[in-house]
Amino acid sequence: MDLYTEGDPIADTKAPEGPIETRWERRRFSAKLVNPANRRKMTVIVVGTGLAGGSAAATLAEQGYRVKSYCYQDSPRRAHSIAAQGGINAAKNYRNDGDSIHRLFYDTVKGGDFRSRESNVHRLAEVSVNIIDQCVAQGVPFAREYGGLLDTRSFGGAQVQRTFYARGQTGQQLLLGAYQALERQIGLGNVEMNSRHEMLELVVVDGKARGIVVRDLVTGEISTEMADAVVLASGGYGNVFYLSTNAKGCNVTATWRAHRKGAYFANPCYTQIHPTCIPVSGDHQSKLTLMSESLRNDGRVWVPKAKGDDRAPRDIPEDERDYYLERIYPSFGNLVPRDIASRAAKNVCDEGRGVGPTKLGVYLDFADAINRLGRKAIEAKYGNLFEMYERITGEDPYEVPMRIYPAVHYTMGGLWVDYDLQSTIPGLFVIGEANFSDHGANRLGASALMQGLADGYFVLPATIANYLAAGPFEAVDASHPAAVEARRDVEDRITRLLAVDGDRTVDSFHRELGQIMWEHCGMERSEAGLRKAIDEIRALRDQFWQRVRVPGDGEGLNQSLEKAGRVADFFELAELMCVDALHREESCGGHFRAEHQTPDGEAQRDDDRFAYVAAWEYTGTGEPAVLHKEDLKFEYVHPTQRSYK
Amino acid sequence: MNLTLRIWRQKGPEDKGRMVTYQVEDISPDMSFLEMLDVLNERLILADEEPVAFDHDCREGICGMCGLMINGDAHGPQRGTTACQLHMRQFSDGETIDIEPWRARAFPVIKDLVVNRGSFDKIIAAGGYITAPTGSAPEAHATPVPKADADAAFESAACIGCGACVAACPNGSGMLFTAAKVTQLSLLPQGQPERYTRVIGMVDAHDEAGFGGCTNAGECTVVCPKGIPLNTIGRLNRDYLAATAKSGGKPGS
Repeated sequence: MDLYTEGDPIADTKAPEGPIETRWERRRFSAKLVNPANRRKMTVIVVGTGLAGGSAAATLAEQGYRVKSYCYQDSPRRAHSIAAQGGINAAKNYRNDGDSIHRLFYDTVKGGDFRSRESNVHRLAEVSVNIIDQCVAQGVPFAREYGGLLDTRSFGGAQVQRTFYARGQTGQQLLLGAYQALERQIGLGNVEMNSRHEMLELVVVDGKARGIVVRDLVTGEISTEMADAVVLASGGYGNVFYLSTNAKGCNVTATWRAHRKGAYFANPCYTQIHPTCIPVSGDHQSKLTLMSESLRNDGRVWVPKAKGDDRAPRDIPEDERDYYLERIYPSFGNLVPRDIASRAAKNVCDEGRGVGPTKLGVYLDFADAINRLGRKAIEAKYGNLFEMYERITGEDPYEVPMRIYPAVHYTMGGLWVDYDLQSTIPGLFVIGEANFSDHGANRLGASALMQGLADGYFVLPATIANYLAAGPFEAVDASHPAAVEARRDVEDRITRLLAVDGDRTVDSFHRELGQIMWEHCGMERSEAGLRKAIDEIRALRDQFWQRVRVPGDGEGLNQSLEKAGRVADFFELAELMCVDALHREESCGGHFRAEHQTPDGEAQRDDDRFAYVAAWEYTGTGEPAVLHKEDLKFEYVHPTQRSYK
Repeated sequence: MNLTLRIWRQKGPEDKGRMVTYQVEDISPDMSFLEMLDVLNERLILADEEPVAFDHDCREGICGMCGLMINGDAHGPQRGTTACQLHMRQFSDGETIDIEPWRARAFPVIKDLVVNRGSFDKIIAAGGYITAPTGSAPEAHATPVPKADADAAFESAACIGCGACVAACPNGSGMLFTAAKVTQLSLLPQGQPERYTRVIGMVDAHDEAGFGGCTNAGECTVVCPKGIPLNTIGRLNRDYLAATAKSGGKPGS
């Protein structure tokens, strides 16, 4: 059976033509507005309360819409954006080091290995400067210089210092800013907040997104919520690998359910493996912890030159160490983009030069920086990260080099959206990591926070008005046949999951699925491996539905049931990821196909055949998906072989 | 390691609840405390028993979702550490470990070790913000902030809202949580216009939610995984006093 079929091409019809510098301005002017009296009559559902969802819900409420917000955590403040450490990019050029909106745009398109849309990326770079202003006004305590002005630092893939930060907790501080704006609107009665609620289905009425089905995770009650538009800000799908730096609850269910209802899923194989994570310590491992990319400003990455060198790192003399990133990439050194640093770590470990008990690790060494700047300066910059490392590993990184290894961190793929951030289902908007739009095949460090807040504060509130200007739409309630059917689907699925009553836990299936994905759809992919993975995923998915054991019932708090539903959706997504990776017979960014590399082992793109977005249409579980191609045009940044040497 | 666990089991808000004893074997010192609970839960599921419900999410000490009383200590024996970052090397073979939920009037138990901390959100909604509608912000460098103030604001802003301070307090007070936000925002120039309405709104919401009063016991700051200092409560009190003086001695707005 064919794994997929090809359908009609798809195009983004919303981005204006003409000079890129004024496209966003022109789009905002051409977009219709909703008068304040009408805004009060319209309801928008926002799923997820991270940087994108939290900022969108707050802003839409400020503008006068009625907002219903949902998150699975016990408070909107806990969304996983909170764990972002390093910083947020903005083209402020406060350093006078040659930065500009155009340079941020250029770096991001290049960093994404020429697989993103120029229009979207340019808008992101434009809006970046407003984000910093907004966050400072909210009281976000960014790091400052002695003169009282904002401090910035360098991040991977850039030669300017444009990353604003709040020690190693930038995501936390930005999220709390958005959360506080959201709480203000909740207090004013403009947002109805539903925490500990999980979206389990999208309601589509007459081709438009008109509501969602949610489960109250405390009482188990299923309810149908209707609205004039639905915004998904439910994050990425890195947990398909089981082990990732995502929070345990992060899942694909909201976007996957929308995909099943007709929203195309774009570039699912573009996943980011972050180079600096604490290595796996054993089979019990439940998640992986990131060590911020900012550490690569001062830490030097190395392995022994000789294979199997088991000496303690301090006993290995300088001339027997291989600072491989500095050697291979002299101009960017330790600050090469993530995909490149990760693959280089994999290569040296594959050569047998890995370190630590599992030999799947490389050193990140601060000895030089401590000698040069003093321990105090390093403490001030990275103190919290060093403490975290010590708590997890029991080793003191001031004395012995950190051991790091790549881990799944972010997913560039997501639901396909046009320039207005609207999916292929009218009225369904997708923002933040949940969409595919801005990072191409690889995201640069400190750009996820930028995109989440750009979408939520500035882009969506402008573009959703163009859609809502046609409303308020005809009232529909939970008794509409489409809503009833969606609700029944949710109830049936829960009943099915509980009824299997098998002999394996949800986690055991999830772990096994993750191993398949890491092995065959991780840092390096090949045709044979991907075909094998698809067979294994299908077989395991069948096993899941025959053997999974979900204890308890649906009436009340049941964490096993929550996990079971999420893992069931991961199984379906996993197959699509492999199909996407298989069909893309080139290497680009985080997608590295063993068959397609340059003589010196770098990713080899094939722009003639693959300079497009792969947008997949769902046709049924295990049925061949339909591929719709969106051609990518590069008018301002000429695609080249990416070089950081 | 082999351990004896005594865990609080409570079916729902109305159930009385009780401690139940479990044995766990072959626990690695490299496991996190929550991974040790995962091991127990996997075993319970296969033995047809209900797994222990506990809150957790990021498992890297920043989301604030996890919170367990471990041998009577909020987040366990290691200072400056959330339960998810606590590792089993802090315990020894053969030990008995008591695991209970946060216990406070303002944090009712939902099930087992899961509590409702919605009252924290209500405190923030009552003033824990700077009013700055999107799009209205001036240029970020228009107002420099002295580095010392910015650093001190950050120190208070590091609060993760886990509720350990409340669980450890003999009065079940949420004053450290409230004071951390008050302090952060009152140290910044952007926070000045709402400085006094904010403190009154937040303290009122704190009291209405059923938190107890602060008697400077200081237990909160000891267990705080982010080391929020006790003097933030002093700052809150000064602002509160100034605010009530401004409003003619009448607290409340």
